[in-house]
Amino acid sequence: MTEPNVRFDQVQPVGESAVAGPKLKVRDVHFYYNGFQALKGISMDIPERQVTAIIGPSGCGKSTLLRIFNRIYAIYPKLEARGSIELDGEDILDPRYSMNRLRGKVGMVFQKPVPFPMTIFENVAYGIRHHEKLSRKAMEERVEQALRSAALWDEVKDKLKQNALGLSGGQQQRLCIARAIALKPEVLLLDEPTSALDPIATGRIEQLIEELKTQYTIVIVTHNMQQAARVSDQTAFMYLGELIEFDNTEKIFTKPGKKQTEDYITGRFG
Amino acid sequence: MTTSKDHIIKSYDSELARLTGEIVRMGELAAAQLEAAIDVVERRDDRAANRVVANDDAIDTLEQEIGHDVIRLLALRAPMAGDLRNVFTALRIASDIERIGDYAANVAKRSIPLSMVAPIAPTRGLGLLAKLAAAEVRDVLSAYARQDAEQGYQVWKRDAELDEAYTGYFRQLLTYMMEDPRNITPCTHLLFMAKNIERIGDHATNIAENLWYQVYGEPLDKQRDKRDLTSNPEMPRLGG
Repeated sequence: MTEPNVRFDQVQPVGESAVAGPKLKVRDVHFYYNGFQALKGISMDIPERQVTAIIGPSGCGKSTLLRIFNRIYAIYPKLEARGSIELDGEDILDPRYSMNRLRGKVGMVFQKPVPFPMTIFENVAYGIRHHEKLSRKAMEERVEQALRSAALWDEVKDKLKQNALGLSGGQQQRLCIARAIALKPEVLLLDEPTSALDPIATGRIEQLIEELKTQYTIVIVTHNMQQAARVSDQTAFMYLGELIEFDNTEKIFTKPGKKQTEDYITGRFG
Repeated sequence: MTTSKDHIIKSYDSELARLTGEIVRMGELAAAQLEAAIDVVERRDDRAANRVVANDDAIDTLEQEIGHDVIRLLALRAPMAGDLRNVFTALRIASDIERIGDYAANVAKRSIPLSMVAPIAPTRGLGLLAKLAAAEVRDVLSAYARQDAEQGYQVWKRDAELDEAYTGYFRQLLTYMMEDPRNITPCTHLLFMAKNIERIGDHATNIAENLWYQVYGEPLDKQRDKRDLTSNPEMPRLGG
């Protein structure tokens, strides 16, 4: 698999991490699908160990931006990113930044829960095995810790050898979260994690997000504005590939600075 | 109908509990202000009276904080049903408590010119009115803290006693004024102060009505026994 053609306005040297300030620094990021510009000059600072929500109408580029944070676009041809995204001071768009290392630091959970067709235990252990060599006991402890952190342990501890596909939708999504945090990432990307779930399951995931943010930097894309209002500390509003406004969530939803933001959140356009 | 179950998202419960706590604290301040106001009337202490007036700022500040928290809850939680009534009535109750604080400060303020004239006997009667009003405020806030609409309703009914006491006091002051014109100035001050205290009772009943609505989702649909007859044209005229 070859890396896509990534060009930079500035080439960031891959050196020691500079752990200061925001967890992710997005600077002048542009993105192109087959020549079509999907993101236009995005710049933002994503704070550490807080929840940042990205909202906007369909096609605004929010999922595109999210997927740049772990370079998942790299598996598709003819996709191009420009600009820089620093994770602890290192530019993750630099082709010299190891994909393996990036995927270890940045985990992702998708809209539709996609557990592996394996046992519950193996779903969590599978990814760990690709990154680390652990003894059986250590693996069991790690799996338990991940399932506990995902608020799923009590529901599955007696059926770890059962197929994960037998779990409910909400449980499957929590299993996917457990799978992601089992690798001890620093950043969690959540792409509409509850849009396929019922309100009770959604509530449980949102409560989990509140607990996880004490340990992880979380970026969540959601088309549900109320969810953004409930769970996030900062909210970014995007429209037609541009970042329109980015501020403290309370401010965005009580007194937004931009008229476009106000029009969107009050349902005057969408 | 109310529910006692916790929300799945715990921080939501924390925010609602904080709102309730702020209301209770604000109400306690207001009740304390009323008691302090009557104390300064009885002691004829101008400096203490000015302190009571100044302390009203703390109640006003709390009302603003509650307003901010209500806006925040509405915007970020989009509360429904009982939660929505909870947040909505908190705003209205804060407004009632703010008025109670204002009336208490007015009583303290008016005690200053009252203390400049010779004391008169009816001044003691004001303390009885204040005691009834303060008890209403404290009891209705206790009911609010426990979401006990029935207890609130008891306070709502009890306001008739305060109204009756006010009507009697009104008559007493009129008699004093007619007996001796030198009593007109102090009695007029006392009349205003008594009216302020009677209005405090009315605001306590507003709180009870809002609590009823918050708990049951319906207005308190009973006729309050209003015994403030001072504006009733049927009230016997004094002095012929």
